[in-house]
Amino acid sequence: MSCVSFACTARRLLRIFGTASLAVNLAGCSYALMDPHGPIGRQEKLILIDSTVIMLAIVIPVIIATLAFAWWFRAGNAKAKRYPDWAYSGRIEFIVWAIPALVIMFLGGIAWLSSHELDPPRAIESSVAPLDVDVVSLDWKWLFIYPDAGVASVNKLVMPVGTPVRFHMTSAGVMNSFFIPQLGSQLYTMAGMDTRLNLLVDAAGVYHGLSAQFSGEGFSDMTFEVAALSRQDFELWLDAARTGGGTLDAAAYQTLMRPSARDPQHTFGTVPGGLFEAILAHPGAAPTAAQIEPTDSAD
Amino acid sequence: MLGKLTWAAIPFNQPIPLVTSIVVIIGILSVLALITAKGWWPYLWNEWIASTDHKRLGVMYVALGLVMLVRGFADALMMRMQLALAQGGSPGFLPPEHYDQIFSAHGTIMIFFVAMPFVIGLMNFAVPLQLGVRDVAFPVLNSVSFWLTAAGVLLVNLSLFVGEFAKTGWLAYPPLSELAYSPGVGVDYYLWSLQISGLGTLLTGINFTTTILKMRAPGMSYLRMPVFCWTALAANLLIVAAFPILTATFALLLLDRYCGFHFFTPELGGNPMMYINLIWCWGHPEVYILILPCFGVFSEVIATFSSKPLFGYHSMVVATMAICVLSFVVWLHHFFTMGAGADVNGFFGVMTMIIAVPTGVKVFNWLFTMYGGSIRFTVPVYWALGFMVTFVIGGMTGVLLAIPPADFVLHNSLFLIAHFHNVIIGGVVFGFMAGYTYWFPKAFGFTLDETLGKAVFWCWSIGFYLAFMPLYALGLMGATRRMQHYADPSWQPYMIAALCGALLIFTGIGLTMLQLAWSIRTRERRRDLTGDPWDGRTLEWGTASPPPSWNYAVEPHVHGIDAFWDVKHKNIELHKVAESRYEAEHKPHYDTIHMPKRSATGFVSAFFAVMLGFSLIWHIWWLAIVGGIACLGVLLWQAWDMDRDLLISAAELEDFDRRHPSLGTQR
Repeated sequence: MSCVSFACTARRLLRIFGTASLAVNLAGCSYALMDPHGPIGRQEKLILIDSTVIMLAIVIPVIIATLAFAWWFRAGNAKAKRYPDWAYSGRIEFIVWAIPALVIMFLGGIAWLSSHELDPPRAIESSVAPLDVDVVSLDWKWLFIYPDAGVASVNKLVMPVGTPVRFHMTSAGVMNSFFIPQLGSQLYTMAGMDTRLNLLVDAAGVYHGLSAQFSGEGFSDMTFEVAALSRQDFELWLDAARTGGGTLDAAAYQTLMRPSARDPQHTFGTVPGGLFEAILAHPGAAPTAAQIEPTDSAD
Repeated sequence: MLGKLTWAAIPFNQPIPLVTSIVVIIGILSVLALITAKGWWPYLWNEWIASTDHKRLGVMYVALGLVMLVRGFADALMMRMQLALAQGGSPGFLPPEHYDQIFSAHGTIMIFFVAMPFVIGLMNFAVPLQLGVRDVAFPVLNSVSFWLTAAGVLLVNLSLFVGEFAKTGWLAYPPLSELAYSPGVGVDYYLWSLQISGLGTLLTGINFTTTILKMRAPGMSYLRMPVFCWTALAANLLIVAAFPILTATFALLLLDRYCGFHFFTPELGGNPMMYINLIWCWGHPEVYILILPCFGVFSEVIATFSSKPLFGYHSMVVATMAICVLSFVVWLHHFFTMGAGADVNGFFGVMTMIIAVPTGVKVFNWLFTMYGGSIRFTVPVYWALGFMVTFVIGGMTGVLLAIPPADFVLHNSLFLIAHFHNVIIGGVVFGFMAGYTYWFPKAFGFTLDETLGKAVFWCWSIGFYLAFMPLYALGLMGATRRMQHYADPSWQPYMIAALCGALLIFTGIGLTMLQLAWSIRTRERRRDLTGDPWDGRTLEWGTASPPPSWNYAVEPHVHGIDAFWDVKHKNIELHKVAESRYEAEHKPHYDTIHMPKRSATGFVSAFFAVMLGFSLIWHIWWLAIVGGIACLGVLLWQAWDMDRDLLISAAELEDFDRRHPSLGTQR
């Protein structure tokens, strides 16, 4: 019960600080984390600012007190009172444990609640049906598969504005971390693992995506362009992608798997339904044609 | 015959490592020539290389750390220069092939071969003196520990000249560090040098835990131990608990790489996530192994120079041990972005934050230690104040990173880099520099130059803020770590500012060397004949500077927390202590004591350990067998060597004390 009321208080305080934080907005366009274009990034920005403000309320007085105490009690200051044997005060001890404990209880509440609310696999509430995108990190490029449309794109992620996107992510080899700073949460891609992330973009535009986990020689070039398009433009892009670019079959995937950096963006018009599952099931090796047999499962 | 080793391993076509190699080799040869010409070898061998004296070993650890600081910092400067240049389409001057080795070497060297030797060096020097004992529990083992660390250092540096270093980052995450993605010898250099030095560190942990638990001076109950000894106890308990995890994890990765096992490969049932969990099960306690003794240094420094007992001693002890225990249940915060789920992330986030409570208590207690004191603004106090101001900022960004969703956007960013440099520089480096300046006169009998010491402090402090505040900002802009170049030109000014900060810190390191040289040159006028230049509180200030190899001719009797302060300032205690010590009317009773003999075991076993490591790296199997058997043989031979006591007669002890009349209670 006390837990519930604590949660409510925490939420209310979060909201109060939220309005306060507008004033502290760093806003500059180059501060990607301070300029989010989706609900996940916005909530994370709020947490960043609120927690910082709460902690600064302790940290700044401590810094001032450190310098002030040191200066006032300097050996040469005749005005300072000396207490050369004073080494214990129960009251101060209590306060000294209580202040950090209370702050941490409060921030711990934020951590616990927000880690549930913003858990990457958690679906984003929306009236629009979510779009599935399968992500594969390769040396050193990104492959984005749109399973429902049967198309794929290399080094360019196209997202419809206002539609929650459900990412299923894996890696063809080494670990990477899929990250679009202006949209929010990053998540690791790991061979043989299916990590899940939900993001939503709410303004059309071009965003910067990258790998945030070092993955070898071509790592610095493992960036991708995120194009956020209106629903109509997105459908047009899908149609265009379907009409060309070739088939991403076992042979094409094997070619794609070869280590290379700065690959130009391109699309595949046809992607066998079972490709992502086959990559997932055969970590560290290129799946054979037989393993990519399309499956009938809808998801 | 030579395994994988061919002439191709020498970097003839790479100017930076080649020129460095030549300069270093010439430097080493000229030092060796100088030693030979001056006939210093017997002194060097008897008094240093084969010494089992904890104070000498402490000094050698610190010297090793200082040398490696220069190496690690050269890496840092190259990285900062690269990033100041490589914006837009510019590739900078370091291709990924080199850049990746440089940042991996920087992290590995700074943690294992700079921070660890600094901290272990201070513990080596000060802990037995503070405990009022004559040496550590296992003096020969202590020498083995040091020389195994030096063996690791040698292997890491060899990688610059012969072959390559890891290109995987300082923790060598698989699958990248597996044979499939890192077929070269770089990861093997990394693994074997850390296996060898890690064994040395584990032995140190066993040695100091035993020393602190079993060998305190009469009357020194646990709650009369100086706080530095408490923090050393916590750190060494952590070493004993954590380093075997590191050794085992690396052993599994070595099996993967050498024997085709699949512990951490993604295929055939292996699991890279297991490595990441295991390495951080060691890695998080490791940062507390580094920072806790530094907290101890600050506790000593602030109390001593405030001329006041430490405020809330019991709180400090509780906080130290709380951090010691809690540091084992937070490791997952290093990879919230692995997708472990909300409950797991939430749990580890909250546990991480809880560590901030005892840490915060410590800061407040230092604050109240200063309250009502009369603070002398010496160099150690500068470091302590700089630490308190800087560390709370690092603590704040640490708590921020402990909130899982905040970490989802800050993980692996330059914000994270700024955070951990904030706590490692602001905490460990400042702590080391405070301890180095504080105990230097005890080790050598003269003080370090104050003016140059303050200049060093300002270089590090301003340099730190200039180098890392821009990185906090870059992290918020979405800049990630370990990138070799970047597209956004608006980041460049921040990168240039960071380079300037690094150059300022580099000036500070240069001034440290200058301070040392200048202080040695002018040592006659900065001699401390009292043994107590700072009006100290703990036992080490009650013996000569430098202390004799036996530390204390007669065991001191301890009656309170600030044992030596009480001797100086409280008459009751004075009498009781004086009775057993130097007071003229109560002639102290001198007995013949036995000290450990010098021993070649450490140096010789480490020599064969280098042979073993090097030949395993290059697959020279016959040499590995020779080195392994020889190394083990030397250690076994030591186990059966019963002639290890060096007797020091009562007359010699009495004579030394008579020649140092200022000792202890005479003031």
